[in-house]
Amino acid sequence: MANKPMKIRAWVDGDKTQVKAIIFHPMETGQRKNKQTGKLIPAHFIKEVHCEHNGRDVLTCLWSTAVSRNPFLSFRFKGAKSGDKIRISWTDNQGEHDAGEAVID
Amino acid sequence: MNQTRRTLLRASMAAGVATVASAAGLLSPRAVLAAGWPKPAFEAESVDSVLAALGGAEPNDSQDVKVQAPDIAENGAVVSVTVETSLPNVESISVVARDNTRPLAASYLVAEGTDGFISSRIKMRKTSDVIAVVKANGKFYTAKKAVKVTLGGCGG
Repeated sequence: MANKPMKIRAWVDGDKTQVKAIIFHPMETGQRKNKQTGKLIPAHFIKEVHCEHNGRDVLTCLWSTAVSRNPFLSFRFKGAKSGDKIRISWTDNQGEHDAGEAVID
Repeated sequence: MNQTRRTLLRASMAAGVATVASAAGLLSPRAVLAAGWPKPAFEAESVDSVLAALGGAEPNDSQDVKVQAPDIAENGAVVSVTVETSLPNVESISVVARDNTRPLAASYLVAEGTDGFISSRIKMRKTSDVIAVVKANGKFYTAKKAVKVTLGGCGG
């Protein structure tokens, strides 16, 4: 349930661009039980995240249930300038998806 | 909401995007590879089989790969792990928690021009090594860091 939009911050640092992002997602492992009913909560996790700069993939994340809830991600890449757009999109194992954009500072 | 309609819309949108991308020549071999989530690697139950599934059965320990993680993680559900490497031509970085039921936590496909640097947070079932597996120039390199977990973070 993508109830909260993701947060992305990106800024130029020398010849590189730093990106930090938080995606709000439960990242259920499928091993946790609902305390009231005793039933397992089904796995629900982000599988793929694409980070693009001007339509070019700069980083692709392939994730499992072992990535923490509300995943945080930080990376750096070359070739972007201030004012460029960075776009991050994800898909989870239940077919939900979302994307966010930020302008590089 | 009409669920069938939603699904159909989504499918046609995805197909549309893929067509546009390939028409524009944006689908590099790497991007095609990225289209697949490596199920066998994620379902492997030992570090060796993870490595085999990733295609790097015999990796070398490398001084050029650094794993940063806390010595003691109070909460296994949130363990910050940073992997950094000075190796050139990095293709992918994988994060493996040795004693997790399914050790491979995440795999990152690094494009040209992107640094060999990833920072994120993973869950750990219990105290074990965190292993970084870096693929660079077609070869696999590893480094590890022991993390003591006081409260496991995978189940209830």
